[in-house]
Amino acid sequence: MRVNFTVNGRKQEADDVWEGESLLYVLRERMGLPGSKNACEQGECGSCTVRLDGVPVCACLVAAGQVEGREVVTVEGLADFAKQREEGCATGACGGTSLQQAQQWQARPSDKVADSQNGEGAELAPIQQAFIDAGAVQCGFCTPGLLVAADELLERNAEPSDADIREALSGNLCRCTGYEKILDAVRLAAARQDRQESGV
Amino acid sequence: MGVTGTPTSIKQGSKTKGGIGESTLRPDGTLKVTGEFAYSSDMWHEDMLWGYTLRSTTAHAEIRSIDTAEALAMPGVYAVLTYDDLPTEVKNYGLEIQDTPVLAHGKVRHHGEPVAIVAADHPETARRAAAKIKVDYAELPVITDEASATAPDALLIHEGRDDHHIGHVPHPNIVHRQPIVRGDADEAAKRADVIVSGEYVFGMQDQAFLGPESGMAVPGEDGGVDLYVATQWLHSDLKQIAPVLGLPEEKVRMTLSGVGGAFGGREDISMQIHACLLALRTGKPVKIVYNRFESFFGHVHRHPAKLWYEHGATKDGKLTHMKCRIVLDGGAYASASPAVVGNASSLSAGPYVIDSVDIEAIALYTNNPPCGAMRGFGAVQACFAYEAQMDKLAAKLDMDPVEFRRLNAMEQGTLLPTGQPCDSPAPVAELLRRVKAMPLPPEQQWLAAGEQADVRALPGGLSNTTHGEGVVRGIGYAVGIKNVGFSEGFDDYSTARVRMEVINGEPVATVHTAMAEVGQGGVTVHAQIARTELGVTQVTINPADTQVGSAGSTSASRQTYVTGGAVKNTCENVREKVLEIGRAKFGSYHPAWATAELLLEGGKVVTDGGEVLADLVDVLEGESVDLELEWRHRPTEAFDLRTGQGNGHVQYSFAAHRAVVEVDTELGLVKVIELACAQDVGKALNPLSVVGQIQGGTTQGLGVAVMEEIIVDPKTAKVRNPSFTDYLIPTILDTPTIPVDVLELADEHAPYGLRGIGEAPTLSSTPAVLAAIRNATGLELNRTPVRPEHLTGT
Repeated sequence: MRVNFTVNGRKQEADDVWEGESLLYVLRERMGLPGSKNACEQGECGSCTVRLDGVPVCACLVAAGQVEGREVVTVEGLADFAKQREEGCATGACGGTSLQQAQQWQARPSDKVADSQNGEGAELAPIQQAFIDAGAVQCGFCTPGLLVAADELLERNAEPSDADIREALSGNLCRCTGYEKILDAVRLAAARQDRQESGV
Repeated sequence: MGVTGTPTSIKQGSKTKGGIGESTLRPDGTLKVTGEFAYSSDMWHEDMLWGYTLRSTTAHAEIRSIDTAEALAMPGVYAVLTYDDLPTEVKNYGLEIQDTPVLAHGKVRHHGEPVAIVAADHPETARRAAAKIKVDYAELPVITDEASATAPDALLIHEGRDDHHIGHVPHPNIVHRQPIVRGDADEAAKRADVIVSGEYVFGMQDQAFLGPESGMAVPGEDGGVDLYVATQWLHSDLKQIAPVLGLPEEKVRMTLSGVGGAFGGREDISMQIHACLLALRTGKPVKIVYNRFESFFGHVHRHPAKLWYEHGATKDGKLTHMKCRIVLDGGAYASASPAVVGNASSLSAGPYVIDSVDIEAIALYTNNPPCGAMRGFGAVQACFAYEAQMDKLAAKLDMDPVEFRRLNAMEQGTLLPTGQPCDSPAPVAELLRRVKAMPLPPEQQWLAAGEQADVRALPGGLSNTTHGEGVVRGIGYAVGIKNVGFSEGFDDYSTARVRMEVINGEPVATVHTAMAEVGQGGVTVHAQIARTELGVTQVTINPADTQVGSAGSTSASRQTYVTGGAVKNTCENVREKVLEIGRAKFGSYHPAWATAELLLEGGKVVTDGGEVLADLVDVLEGESVDLELEWRHRPTEAFDLRTGQGNGHVQYSFAAHRAVVEVDTELGLVKVIELACAQDVGKALNPLSVVGQIQGGTTQGLGVAVMEEIIVDPKTAKVRNPSFTDYLIPTILDTPTIPVDVLELADEHAPYGLRGIGEAPTLSSTPAVLAAIRNATGLELNRTPVRPEHLTGT
């Protein structure tokens, strides 16, 4: 079957999709977007978390056919998504990107070409930068899913308590970090967001 | 540019930024947060095929026949290979003993053993084709424990091992045995005022790295193959792969692809040979990606263990003697079992002064899943048991458990059971003091927010199982000792290639090693070392591959020590060459070139007094320096097979934990409130990464304390829980705050004085949590993981 949907602001169509294929398989193997990770493929680890019409879901549990006509944001589009949100909603009070807004935006090529070895020059979402700065990335396999989930948390709760962060990220397994630095990263992103908004 | 650029004025050199001791950020961080970092499962090739492995559905059986015709006939299927298709006489591989079949021949020895492999144009086609392969099994009785393995008439798991019980191994179903005898434990026991003994059971833990086993093999035009794979040691894989393929090593070109965690689980071969065989057969690139179910069968686990311990102490609290017997279940194939036995026995007394010991450790062959390397490697199981014993002794003597440990703590100079003196700082008492001195989390934190309990902070969490009634708190302590690096005489070397040149007007160092970056941060540290030694800001870390000499394994807490040491050593030699060039070019301009100690700092050649002699750009203009050198730590020696004596280890690391738990005694649910750790790291090359390693290791220890276990049916030896639904690893809700106190007491024998760090925190975390649960409940709890039924007696 053919599936038409929007990924990170671009209209995409996938042909010859087998009925049993997951959104995760289509993203990784057909769209060339391997950022969403395949760690358990049964919705237990959260490594493949993407946003489907704004809602965080495990892409491994979504049948490809279910995304017909819908909007998907993956970690590859997170920086752009965050930027659009900031521009469209500088106060952070409008609680996310509307479907209409999402449909209007387009992925834009970065002015700078990211360094192929270390990615320097890439534009990052605040949560992405915070993960790097806080040392929350080790092997990094859980990172894309955690970033998508954490970004969504900060979108609806700009000042999360530790209990809020733990609750929001409880569907994402990490085997390397012991989570402490992931908590640090989310706190850091929230603090930077707060500083930015208060103009400090 | 010539001699004209020589500085004539004297100015202060500036320290190079990003050197050792700084918390520099990961060079791969940006790629990892943008989803662009290419993990082994992310590879894609035009026209590639997907491989899939058919695995045995039974644990022990003769294979009467395998019929692949129906699978081969399926549209989209390119190859179906069995044992008969292997190209050479070499059909087995293995880390220490080559006893593991590439594909089962004659019989299968454990549940999930690879029997056949398929290549097809879609992963689902490959899976369906594998399901059509008909294997006729004639079931054999399963051997699952010591009694069934060593019974006089026991079936041999590996035929032809009859002659293997030379001297010290009493049965061919025992892979290895290591006794250690020092002093006279029976005689010393007579001096004991109290004696405690216990039998302990340690469950089978899984590494559960998140990135599944995966990789891609691409057939080469020369008949060779290019393999891109996530592994812990490229050259060890290469040595095992090439003979099976019938290729010389230079025709198997391996490149490390992105590794999603390892923890010991990637020391053994998984899909490497299978992908190469399918690629060479089909002439197409073949990608294999295990799903989580397969991953549980695709790598070895931590050895489950039974441990018997006896300790004695005088009434003033001094240990008199220790006796122990440790039985490790190695499963169907040897993997790293011999070395795990060496560690378990030599570290079985823990970080304590005990003059008289009688120790025996063995690893069995059984039909259970194969076990091998996992973070902590044999020391973890022993630590769980000896720390429980310390608490028992303290209780019997009515002493504080921390004071009792400090009274018996080893220190620099203490002899280990092997007779080897510990010749570097051993701050065991100090770590215990520090971890105890950390402030405790407030009582009833779940009430802190207001009148109502925040159920999220209680055992059971959002399940609303309790609002605080029946919840009791406990505190427990533990400390452990882990060896660093490979022991028992292993030639534990590493190789580094370092190049220095001017690129775009900047001095640049390029570091090339075969070190597997598995997430631990070796790439960060190598760049820091190169900056420190060569005084340059720009360092390029080349991808790890087999075009450079072996780096050894990313395991045993050894990579920063050994490959870091290799990078340091090569940089020092490169620096000498750079200075030679400088001396030749500019030596006549300043006498310091010939007389002073010279350093490279901030892109300049400076004297140890800080006087600048030249810009590196000027020295290196038109020249480059390129060296590849091997580096070794001090040699070790094998343990005597009968007495266990010998200088077997090169270095030790020490960590101590304090666990605070709250237990819902009605439902048997445990919430770990805090797990504080104090660890000596010798020298923190990257403090941020050091703390990350300690917190990660601590969490894996927490996991095995309260939830993690591969459950094997004792009647059938089949694995019952190969999924993340049924094998539980800690989530962010299960993991408490982990405050870390890092101590830096340099080991004068190690590069920069550093000490391997990754494994030690995994040791003491588990017994600390168990001690805290015992403290809360008063129960004996001799088994890990602790399950609700153990706490409620149901």
